[in-house]
Amino acid sequence: MKERLVQMEILRYNPDTDTEAYFQHYEVVCQEEWVVLDALNKIKETIDPTLNYRWSCHMAVCGSCGMMINGDPKLSCHTFLRDYAGVIRVEPLAHFPIERDLVTAPDDFMEKLKRVKPYLIPKAPKPISEGEYKQTPAQLKRYHQFTLCINCMLCYAACPEYGLTPKFIGPAALSLAHRYNQDSRDGGRDERQEIIASKEGVWECTFVGACSEVCPAHVDPASALQQIKIASSIDWFQEHLMPWGKK
Amino acid sequence: METISTDVVIIGAGGAGLRTAIALAETDPKLRIALISKVYPMRSHTCAAEGGAAGVIKPDDSFDMHFDDTVGGGDWLSDQDCVEYFIREAPKELLQLEHWGCPWNREADGSVAVRPFGGMQKKRTWFAADKSGFHILHTLFQTSLQFPSIIRYDEYYALDLLVDDGRCQGVTAMEMRSGQLRQFHAKAVIIAGGGAGRMFPFSTNGAIKTGDGMAMAYRAGAPLKDMEFVQYHPTGLPNTGSLLTEACRGEGGILVNKNGRRYLQDYGMGPETPVGQPQLKTMELGPRDRVSQAYWHELQKGNTVTTQWGECVMLDMRHLGEKKINERLPLVRELAASYLGVDIVKDPVPIRPVVHYMMGGISTNTQAATPLPGLFAAGECACVSLNGANRLGSNSLVELLVFGRRAALSAIEHMQGLPATNTAALNARAEATQLRIRELFSRTDGTESMSGLRKEMMDTMEKNAGIYRTEEGLQEGVDKIDELRERYQRVILTDKTNVFNTDLFQMLELGSMLDCATAVTVGALARKESRGAHQRLDYPERDDKNFLRHTMVYHQGQAAPRVDYLDVVITKSPPGVRDYSGDHK
Repeated sequence: MKERLVQMEILRYNPDTDTEAYFQHYEVVCQEEWVVLDALNKIKETIDPTLNYRWSCHMAVCGSCGMMINGDPKLSCHTFLRDYAGVIRVEPLAHFPIERDLVTAPDDFMEKLKRVKPYLIPKAPKPISEGEYKQTPAQLKRYHQFTLCINCMLCYAACPEYGLTPKFIGPAALSLAHRYNQDSRDGGRDERQEIIASKEGVWECTFVGACSEVCPAHVDPASALQQIKIASSIDWFQEHLMPWGKK
Repeated sequence: METISTDVVIIGAGGAGLRTAIALAETDPKLRIALISKVYPMRSHTCAAEGGAAGVIKPDDSFDMHFDDTVGGGDWLSDQDCVEYFIREAPKELLQLEHWGCPWNREADGSVAVRPFGGMQKKRTWFAADKSGFHILHTLFQTSLQFPSIIRYDEYYALDLLVDDGRCQGVTAMEMRSGQLRQFHAKAVIIAGGGAGRMFPFSTNGAIKTGDGMAMAYRAGAPLKDMEFVQYHPTGLPNTGSLLTEACRGEGGILVNKNGRRYLQDYGMGPETPVGQPQLKTMELGPRDRVSQAYWHELQKGNTVTTQWGECVMLDMRHLGEKKINERLPLVRELAASYLGVDIVKDPVPIRPVVHYMMGGISTNTQAATPLPGLFAAGECACVSLNGANRLGSNSLVELLVFGRRAALSAIEHMQGLPATNTAALNARAEATQLRIRELFSRTDGTESMSGLRKEMMDTMEKNAGIYRTEEGLQEGVDKIDELRERYQRVILTDKTNVFNTDLFQMLELGSMLDCATAVTVGALARKESRGAHQRLDYPERDDKNFLRHTMVYHQGQAAPRVDYLDVVITKSPPGVRDYSGDHK
């Protein structure tokens, strides 16, 4: 297996002992096929046990290990050393407060997720004994892509709007609201609409599209937001210009 | 130390913990529920389960068939009253998830689709592409957000159970963000802390699966049951250990050795079935223990393929075609491409068996209750004796639902008419945790490196408690783990600060894993037979006369644990022959 000496510059910050963040330089021998997370693990095991970061699955599904790698939001378990030359700079996810080193506080995201009511509000509730709600493959396809969000928050780190306007509900939470709105079993759109069509909802989005570029799960939040805007505009027209057309 | 008084504490917020929390909130909205986890719920390892969840729903299937598959698959070490309860609850739980929005794959008519899985005689595995665990976890997490009585304590590392008056009445935990200790006082405690696969160096398990819940219960006096039964999944990526789901074979993938031979036919799973026409319960759809063991024999015979990642066999899915692969196995395609550089549409992918699941765990009965009053457990951390000596793929995602809910109902029952809490006594117990943590920080005679000790543990488990075991190897394993537990008392904590100190958490996790490793090796040494996932080269036969019973391991402080046994519950299926040949029908 081919090995390579990797140079890394990692942002360090410990509120217990540091007045401000700083970069620490590490040199670590890595295997050519490794991901950035493997390099961090080797640093922690063999060089510096005080380095802190989150990780678990090592297969890009748990969403723990988001961080900025050479300025881009990435999952470190899915970012390959082979794609980088020179010093690799690793920082905590942008737009979130730092708890320590590469660990950020996701409180704001967790709160926003809850606000959009990301759960099924059944259109026609029925007991379990009556079996499943029928849903054709085509109906599943309408929302399936938006179920794939792993809550890694890379899209928030990439979103310039969220950086400027922290009250913006943001790509992942809005996509998830859209996921339920598009589900044939769901009847909760009106309840969610209050939040997602509000000022801090979808209208804050300026369609930069960075969210979709960085999404490791190919959710394409930008398209979800686009669809929400179109649907919300239709609502507005129906309500104000064609009141007779309202459902 | 701040005290949080609540009605129920759940430790672990993966599939089992979330299901428990929702069942509690739905059953009694007035209950105060504290849901503690060392990670945010979405990070829990349920998210990595791929293939699906078994439940009888189609007209050609029956409860009896699911029962027989599970009991036979478990090599008759399952408690049959538990299996009977489970198979009947399974479809209800899967339908419940459907009602909560889980995006199950569908048939053309809109009904739920099912796929074939190893060791099952009917197609009964509900699936959401190859991200079934991910969707179950997120559906549960999102559903849980509508219940205000579920108070989450995300990134709290649970430390010790608080036991007084012979009852479990709470837990101590550290808020990871601040390093502050808290104690939770409750009428009932439910552990849903997941497995302990990280004891082994090569595992599908995420970094968080370090057996903390199992070890916590064990230290508090609850026995660990059947810990020697460790499941190797036959198909892991050879470098990262990432899981390639059994659905690869369920959909028709085949396993071949270096000569291109479908070698499973040489290990009682033949005759060969036509490529692309998988037949249930034979060849590539044999059970996990048998398929992993066949790899070991191929390795001994020199029939494996030498790759840059070590010895492998090949999983060939090319004949499935790109369309089916993209629809049914998109994650598998992505994982093989990213981490190995293999496109499964164009090439076979090298794989090898990898530690995947602990059949054993905290001993519970069919009511999800442990022998310690007030303490319940569900999910992989528990051993409710559904899976026996070998779990069938797609039973565990349902297990965490069925017994997560059951644990909630049992906890509510337990809470009725309890005597008053002796707060002073609980405070005193919590003090002990504080002293334990303080000692780690003030330790000055530390001489052992944590990562060094962890590596020795992993190497020992792989060498001495792997797919095939011997008396000599297991004795060496027991002795070595014992030595490591002793040396663990002298591990150095390098980082002595408070905020998100992962050096500290990894040290605590290592302690949990060493406790679990003790139970695995001690149980394996004492079980002088071969059954399911526990294979002894020196005792190659199943021995129902002496070992049709569960191993119970009790913690005895620093001394060697006490080993005892509990009879298996047999209701209607006497031990028989496990036949996975094509002739079994």
